[in-house]
Formats: sequence, C-alpha cells, structure tokens
Amino acid sequence: MSRFLAKRLVLAFVTLFCVSIILFLVAQVMPGDVGRAILGPYATEVQVRALDHQLGVDRPLLERYSTWLGGFMRGDWGNSFLLHRPVAAIAFDRLYNSLILGGFALLLIVPTSIGFGVLAALNYGKWPDRVISVAGLSLIALPEFVTGIMVLVIFAVELGWLPASSHVPSVNPLDWFRQLLLPSIPLMFVLFGYISRMARTGTIESLRSNYVRTAILKGLPRRTVIWQHVLRNSLLPTITVISVQTGYLVGGLVVTETLFNYPGIGKLVLDSAVQHDLPVLQATVLLVAVLYMALTLLADVLYTLLNPRVRLAA
Amino acid sequence: MPAPLPAERPGEILDAGLKSASELSGLASGRAREVLRALWRSKTFVIGAAIVLFWVLDAIFWPLFVPYDPEGLVSPATLQPPSAEHLFGTDDLGRDIFSRTLAGARPTLTVAPLATAIGVAGGILVGLFTGFYRGLADDIAMRVVDALLAFPLIIIAVLVISILGPSITNVILVIGIVFTPIVARTVRSAVLVERQREYVAAARLLGNSDLYIMFVEILPNITGPIAVEITIRLGYAIFTSATLSFLALGIQQPSPDWGLTISIGRVFLQTAPSEVLFPAAALATLIVGVNLIADGLRQVLEE
Repeated sequence: MSRFLAKRLVLAFVTLFCVSIILFLVAQVMPGDVGRAILGPYATEVQVRALDHQLGVDRPLLERYSTWLGGFMRGDWGNSFLLHRPVAAIAFDRLYNSLILGGFALLLIVPTSIGFGVLAALNYGKWPDRVISVAGLSLIALPEFVTGIMVLVIFAVELGWLPASSHVPSVNPLDWFRQLLLPSIPLMFVLFGYISRMARTGTIESLRSNYVRTAILKGLPRRTVIWQHVLRNSLLPTITVISVQTGYLVGGLVVTETLFNYPGIGKLVLDSAVQHDLPVLQATVLLVAVLYMALTLLADVLYTLLNPRVRLAA
Repeated sequence: MPAPLPAERPGEILDAGLKSASELSGLASGRAREVLRALWRSKTFVIGAAIVLFWVLDAIFWPLFVPYDPEGLVSPATLQPPSAEHLFGTDDLGRDIFSRTLAGARPTLTVAPLATAIGVAGGILVGLFTGFYRGLADDIAMRVVDALLAFPLIIIAVLVISILGPSITNVILVIGIVFTPIVARTVRSAVLVERQREYVAAARLLGNSDLYIMFVEILPNITGPIAVEITIRLGYAIFTSATLSFLALGIQQPSPDWGLTISIGRVFLQTAPSEVLFPAAALATLIVGVNLIADGLRQVLEE
C-alpha cells in the first residue's frame, strides 16, 4: 500500500511541476511584454522598460522561472502589483473565506445527495429513481451563474428572505445560513448530481452482489441488510467522487463568488486576471492546483484505507 | 429519419444489406440504421433533440420572428416588466428582451460548436497517434493532460483570456485547445483496445501504412465513443462560453448573447428580474437538451 501511495505522491509532484511550467509560460511569456500588459497601450517605451526592469522580467526566462518557483516554495510569493501587499497574506485570507463557503456547501450537500442516491437505488427503475436521476443530470449541466441568478430572483428579490450579496459570516450560526445559503446553492446543485449518481451506482452494484443475496436469503431484516451490507460497500466510490468534486468547487467558486460578491479565492483569481495582477494570479492559480492535487491524493489514501481489497493486495 | 422498418424480421434487413453493392458497407449501414432506430425510440434522446433543434432553427431564422431589432433602442421605457407590446419586457437600455432572447441563441450556437470541432479534431489526431504508437511521446502527452486537468476549465480560460484579451476567437480557441487533451484521452483508450484486434494485424500484414491503418481502419471503428464525446463536449462548450460571457471575458456588447445579457442585467436584478430570467431560462433549456442527447446516445451505444 505504501508503495502505491508513494507512486501516487511522485506522480502528483511531476504533475504539479508541469502545472507550474504551463502556468509560468501562460502568465509570463504569452503576454509578450509584461510591463506593457500592466501599464497599457498609452505608457511610453521608457516607462515600460523601467517597470520591466523593476519586476525583473528583463532577465532570462529560466532564471525568472526558478526564482519564482523557489520563492513560491519558501512562501515568498512576492507583492501584489495593485494592492502593494504580500501575495501570500491576501491569498490565504481569501482561501480561508472560500473554505468557509465551500465547507458549508459540502456539509449540507454530501449527506443529502448520498441519501437521495441510495433512495434512487433502492427504488431502481421506479419513479423516485427516474426523478432523482433526471434532476441530478440537469443540475450538473446548468452553469452556476444560471442557477445562481434563479435563486437570487426567487429568494433575494421576490421573497426578500436572504441578502443578494454575501459577507463572511460572524460566529452566529443563523448568520451562517443567512450569508452562505444562497451562494452555496449553485455549488450544491452541481455536487448533488455527481455525488448522488455515484451513491446510486455503488448501491445498485452491491445490491446485486452475492453477499447481499446471501444476507437476504439468510433471513436478515431488510434494514440490517441495507445498513450493514449494502451501504458500507456502496459508499467507497462515493468518497473518491466527493474529494475530486471538492477540486471542482474551486472552479465553481470563481462564478458564485463573483455573482454574490463574496471575498473568496475564486473572486481573487478572476479579479487579478482581469486587472493583470500577475504575482497574485500566478500564486493563486498554483495554490488552487496544489490544493486540487492534495485533495485527489487524499481521496486515494482514504480509498486505500477503507477498501480491504486494495489494502491487503499491496 | 429512415422509413420505419419491420422490427420483427431483422434477418430481412441483414439480407438486404448483404445483397447491396458492397457487403461491408451494407453491414455498416445496417448497424447505423439500428442505432438510429434505437435513438428514435429513446425518449431521452428525442426530447433532447427536439429542444436543441428548436434553438438551432431559432439561431438560423430568428430575423424572421423577432418583433424588434434585438440591438435597437426600441422603447423609451427601460426595465419594463412583460407586457403585450414587449412580451418579456425591456432591458436597461430600452431594448426588447423577447427579441434579444431569440437572437441570443446565435452567438452561443456559433462559439460552442466551433470550439467543440477544434477540440474533437485535435483530440482525434493526438489520441490516434499516442494510442497507436505508445512510447515516450504518449507518456509525456498523458502527463500534460493530467496537468491540464488539474485546473478547473474555467480557471484556465480566465487565465488565458485575461492575458490574450476578450474576443470570440480567443474563447473558441481556448475552449478548443483545452478540450483537445480531454478528447485525446477518450480516443486513446479506444485506440488501445482496437489496435489489439485481428483486423489491425491483418491490415498490417497486407502492407498498409500506419497512417492508413489509423485513419481508414481504426477510426471508423471508434465512431461510437467519439460521437458520445462530441455531445458531452458540446454541452461543456456551451457551459464554458456562457460562463466566460458572464464573467465579461467573452462576447462583448451589444451582442444579445445570453451569458453577457445576464452579466449586464444582474445589476438591475432588484427592479427588473426579467432581463436576466429569460436568457437564463433559454440557456438552461439548451444545455439540458444537449445533455439529454448525450445521455440518450450513450445509453443506445452502450447496449
């Protein structure tokens, strides 16, 4: 098992290395002239050269890349062009806000979607299954800003129950719901589709297995069969999907945080991209990739720990 | 749609196919006919196809149906709720929302299919070559795919477009390029299965060139997974291009594009929700329609 995980860890690092190269090329090489990209078309040539030198972008590419990556690993992410503050402080501040929003969404939606997925599987082929499957598929497909706009119109404008733009909540649990419920709904819709589908497939598979048939034929009560035999085995693949979808959350946050004016990392990525704040952009996107990799790895570890077949085979 | 065939006598269809000019093409068209019939019977596919057909026809023929110029300032009263004169109301500049919603299908249905076409063409090329030859190039290509998949698509798009500048061409290119490795992965795994088959070995023994084997022998045999991938990608392309328009990184004013309209209209959400509601509903139906097609196709081809 440890060999399998070591291999996964090495692969993750190789992938992250590729990511950092792609990211560096996109942010530093594609604009052609970094100074010009920041100052815009009306700056003089002298101003552009001066800024290029100040930022160090007139040095050779390889040197710039190693300086940047070295700095990133030491936690020195440079200063924001616009805010003139250390990037690391801004990024972790925003990441914390996003974790609150994302965590809130996950906390509500994971049990709900697993419940509905299992319900669909237990009613395989009947109307609850059809309704849950079709709803899940449609909800995955809809862009977050479309569902976000719909809930805004209904709950913030027509009914006026919740605010149209959200802040980081205070410690009061009621405030959590007030601030976070609307922006997390578009995220929950997408997650619901994936998680409930996995839970459904897993449950259907274990319902068809020999050990469940044995348990039923042995005369165990239905409740015991489902809780002791079906659910335990069917939720394994669901765990993997949850951690992979947590990576998706980061992308979804770009849209929902923009729509609801929530100060999280997704909005930071978008704002720094639009304002050409390259140090912030590079660092936050790489941070997102690291986070995503870590979550995928965590999924693998959990899967191996929980699945005796993988655990014992290796 | 083909004429309904007597389903209870499948042998007859096969015979008819064999008697035609070429036995092989007869069999192939027999299989295609079978798939088409199964699709026609699939409720999921038919509903999805009907919805998408509606929007495609609308994207082509909207000038015949719109009561007003979608980009014209046709009413002095802005942000009006729906009325007899303006079915969906008017927007912040006094444009007719009904006309704009109808006309908004065209930009979406131009960008998304073009982006999908680029991604599918590139993906087929890369997938065929890496799957057929394997080796170091394959390993490197797959690492790059993993690296690209480590970002949510929307973050790559935001990154690249903010640097290249927002334009329709950039949106099409970025989505197409990001789709390439994803499609390549699907094609590659299909090629890996096919290259083990006897017909590939036979084609080799006959002395056919690698290119001939890849494009004439293997490619026609993996059209199933490619067709499914195309429909799935199309859905994502619509999703992504609309999201980019919403983030003001895609199609620009005064286009009636749905994502863009929602982005502008959300400022006036409190007073005039109809400016965002109708384009949002239009976009939602189109995307669900494409996904129903993808789902129906997958079910039929997997049978």
